[in-house]
Amino acid sequence: MLSYLLRRVLYAVPIALAVSVVCFLLVHLAPGDPINAIVSADTPADVVEQVRREYGLDRPLPTQFALWLGRVAQGDFGKSIASGRPVLDELGPAIVNTLRLSLGAAAIGFALGTALGVAAALARGRWPDKSIVALAAASVSVPHYWLGMVLVIVFSVVFNLLPSMGAGGGGSEAWRWDWEHVQYLVLPALTLSIIPMGIVARTVRGVVLDVLGQDFITTLRGKGLRGGRIALHVVKNAAPSVLSIMGLQLGYLMGGSILVETVFSWPGTGFMLNGAIFQRDIPVLQGTILVLALIFVLLNLLVDLMQTTLDPRIKRQ
Amino acid sequence: MTSAPDTPLVHVRDLRVAFESREPGVATVAAVNGVDFDLAPRETLCILGESGSGKSVTLRALMRLNPARTTRMSGTVRVAGQDIASASEAQMTAVRGRSVAMIFQEPMTALDPVFSIGTQIAETVRRHEGIDRAAARRRALQLLELVQVPSAARRLDAYPHELSGGLRQRAMIAMALSCRPRLLLADEPTTALDATVQIQVLLLLRELQREMGMGLIFVTHDLGVASEVADRIAVMYAGRFVEEAGVSDFLRQPMHPYAQGLLGATVHAGSRGRPLVTIAGAPPRLDRLPAGCAFAARCDRVMPACLDAMPALAAAGADRSARCLLVTPPRTALAA
Amino acid sequence: MNATVLHPDADALGTAAPALSPIPSTSAAAPPERGYWRTVAGRVLRDPVTLACAIVLAVMLLALLAAPLIAPHDPYQGSMGQRLKPIGSPGHWLGNDELGRDMLSRLLYGGRLSWFLGITPVLIALAIGGTLGIVAGYAGGWVNMAIMRTTDVFYAFPSVLLAVAISGALGPGLANAMLSLCLVFVPQIIRVAESTTTAVRNLDYIESARASGASALTIVRVQLLPNVLGPIVVYATSLISVSMILASGLSFLGLGTRPPEAEWGLMLNTLRTAIYTQPLLAMLPGLCIFVTSTCFNILSDGIRGAMDARQ
Repeated sequence: MLSYLLRRVLYAVPIALAVSVVCFLLVHLAPGDPINAIVSADTPADVVEQVRREYGLDRPLPTQFALWLGRVAQGDFGKSIASGRPVLDELGPAIVNTLRLSLGAAAIGFALGTALGVAAALARGRWPDKSIVALAAASVSVPHYWLGMVLVIVFSVVFNLLPSMGAGGGGSEAWRWDWEHVQYLVLPALTLSIIPMGIVARTVRGVVLDVLGQDFITTLRGKGLRGGRIALHVVKNAAPSVLSIMGLQLGYLMGGSILVETVFSWPGTGFMLNGAIFQRDIPVLQGTILVLALIFVLLNLLVDLMQTTLDPRIKRQ
Repeated sequence: MTSAPDTPLVHVRDLRVAFESREPGVATVAAVNGVDFDLAPRETLCILGESGSGKSVTLRALMRLNPARTTRMSGTVRVAGQDIASASEAQMTAVRGRSVAMIFQEPMTALDPVFSIGTQIAETVRRHEGIDRAAARRRALQLLELVQVPSAARRLDAYPHELSGGLRQRAMIAMALSCRPRLLLADEPTTALDATVQIQVLLLLRELQREMGMGLIFVTHDLGVASEVADRIAVMYAGRFVEEAGVSDFLRQPMHPYAQGLLGATVHAGSRGRPLVTIAGAPPRLDRLPAGCAFAARCDRVMPACLDAMPALAAAGADRSARCLLVTPPRTALAA
Repeated sequence: MNATVLHPDADALGTAAPALSPIPSTSAAAPPERGYWRTVAGRVLRDPVTLACAIVLAVMLLALLAAPLIAPHDPYQGSMGQRLKPIGSPGHWLGNDELGRDMLSRLLYGGRLSWFLGITPVLIALAIGGTLGIVAGYAGGWVNMAIMRTTDVFYAFPSVLLAVAISGALGPGLANAMLSLCLVFVPQIIRVAESTTTAVRNLDYIESARASGASALTIVRVQLLPNVLGPIVVYATSLISVSMILASGLSFLGLGTRPPEAEWGLMLNTLRTAIYTQPLLAMLPGLCIFVTSTCFNILSDGIRGAMDARQ
């Protein structure tokens, strides 16, 4: 098994490399002279020349990539055109905020989704099942940025229960898990949790139905085991598939939070990305996407490894 | 039928099992249509029949293992003194695995793939006897040795997919015997095994049954297997017993045309050079049973009276019965 | 035996994702005849929910196509004095937007663009991805490796992120948005096409066709395609709702469609500030996206279920 795990880890390396190539090429996708994507318009000419040489813009593409990769490996993602500060400085707190949001959304979505999925599987064919399936279908069809707006209307505008934007005062360092701060998290997390909830509900329902239809369930009943013990068997059989879907969802939550963060002005990576697009701040765009994509690759790898450890059929090769 | 001197281990009268469907336009399937038999405490009964004859359903009905929501069961069923038909589900979970246990046909799918076989054996014991994990594990080891699994200690932690078919089936037998049941139900346990392994498992079963003094009801479609294991044979067709007899009486002289057809259809060395005998036609649909004898359409000696009403299972000699007007003419038959 | 692929779409996230049921069985002994599709259609139409969705979509499509005929006002004409009129105002049944333009007209015209952005990238991705996937599945070997490894790289990005990254780098605009959406969907369709083709390719009847001397092209055309296209197309239809939401999302972010064009996602963006004064009005474009997307999803689920349920 160790060699199998090692192979999976090693396989992630070329993927990560390819991902960084794609991110690197983003700069060159942008129309116009790439130098304009890196420095702001009012930079003095000699600084421009220096940057051009530093980034190797007059050298062939592979050399530029190597230079860029080297800098990135040292944590130098360049400077934001808009603010002039190193990209990494702004990225750090943003990632933490997105993590808070994603984990909150994941907690809500996964818990609710699992509960609904199990309920649907146990009530197969009857109305609770049908309504949960319909609910799940709706939840993966809803434009969540629109849903966010709807929730803002209901909870902020009409009932004035929750704040409509931001993450509370004091910046990221001042975050505490108290109501004063968490109240800002509620609506965005709820909004972001809808789609994972629907997907998890459908997955859980499918997997549980699948397991319940297996022959060994009859054997378990034939042994006189009670419901609780049979449930343990179902859970252990269902876990690999369900957990891997959850892992993937977490990755998507982290990478795809931009729309919700925009609606709620939640100061995470998505919000940063939005600003970068608006201001054509390519270094920030590049850096953010690179980091998010690498996190996603890492998460996928972890999910793969976890699935291997959980399912004894894969374990022994 | 045997008149057991002691109370029979299994007492079944007029067992009927039907499966209903929620979907409109799908008729109810009458899988078992009136089965009666008794089983003495250390006796082996073999239920012989082809696919769809209702034999597996009958077996599961003895433990109420058929899917609860769609099954309609009626009749009297008493196993080891316990009234099965009217017991609550909670009572049934205490009975299953303890006084009655079952082994299944396909050990690969009948075992949970993500738990070791040691755990699966131990959990049965822990459920019914409440002992701790270590003691249950020791018991599982003893059981694996009892069913002659080599390197039993190592195999305790093996997963089903790591074992061969024969070993898996032995593990399942160990699981079934773990709480010393009084009745063992076996649903075609050797059908999925290689021929050589089949014999070994059959002999093991017979030996264990004798050692532990259990009753055994064995379902199969294979005459050879039946003749090896059974004391009595019951032939099942379209949800009913059509013949019942001691194994040697049956093999020497089957009485029901269907049973005769089965024996005549066996392939053996003497068949070389001669056309194989088959029974023409196919079993009737269980959702549309005919009013008369269910075998009438395929019988080569059918009489007009056969189509009127289902013949009763009536005595056809010492200790045997058959459900056929040729064997037990209408005048001596009891009402069906 | 179902070709149960780990639905590449258990992913497509950040936005919507199609059903998670396995890809329909392809173990037919021969390419499905006309009667099969008629049975599938029959099953689909008999389910009331799926039928309702199909009808809703058909009605909407007709309305959008007829927009130039039935829209009461010019979607680009507005006056500031008429801004944010509520729903039910005389002459403007669905109210006016923040620049005084008639909502109903803008929704009708906007729908054309939203549907276009939803369907076109999927069609293009189906053509490109389907071909590549089938080729990869049938050829095997290093061709398969080359195509699938490249696909893996794109799979390393969450869809929303990829779309935003490419759109963001290229800049706003309809063509750029469509390009980035295509790049998101092509890998997904390649995966489904490849796994379906691989599953079918290994079935016995393909072997016998090859043994009887049929050329690869003939086999693909006669035996493979009819069995493989069904599941691939069904998968693609489930992507339509994703595409619509993603496209509108891009417009919402300021990529994709630019003002003064009417498009549901863009309208949601520009109406954001109106949620404090005219909340119901501001919700309308999103409602349209939601309804359309749900209907497409349910319809595609229904078709998949009908294909699966062959007895």
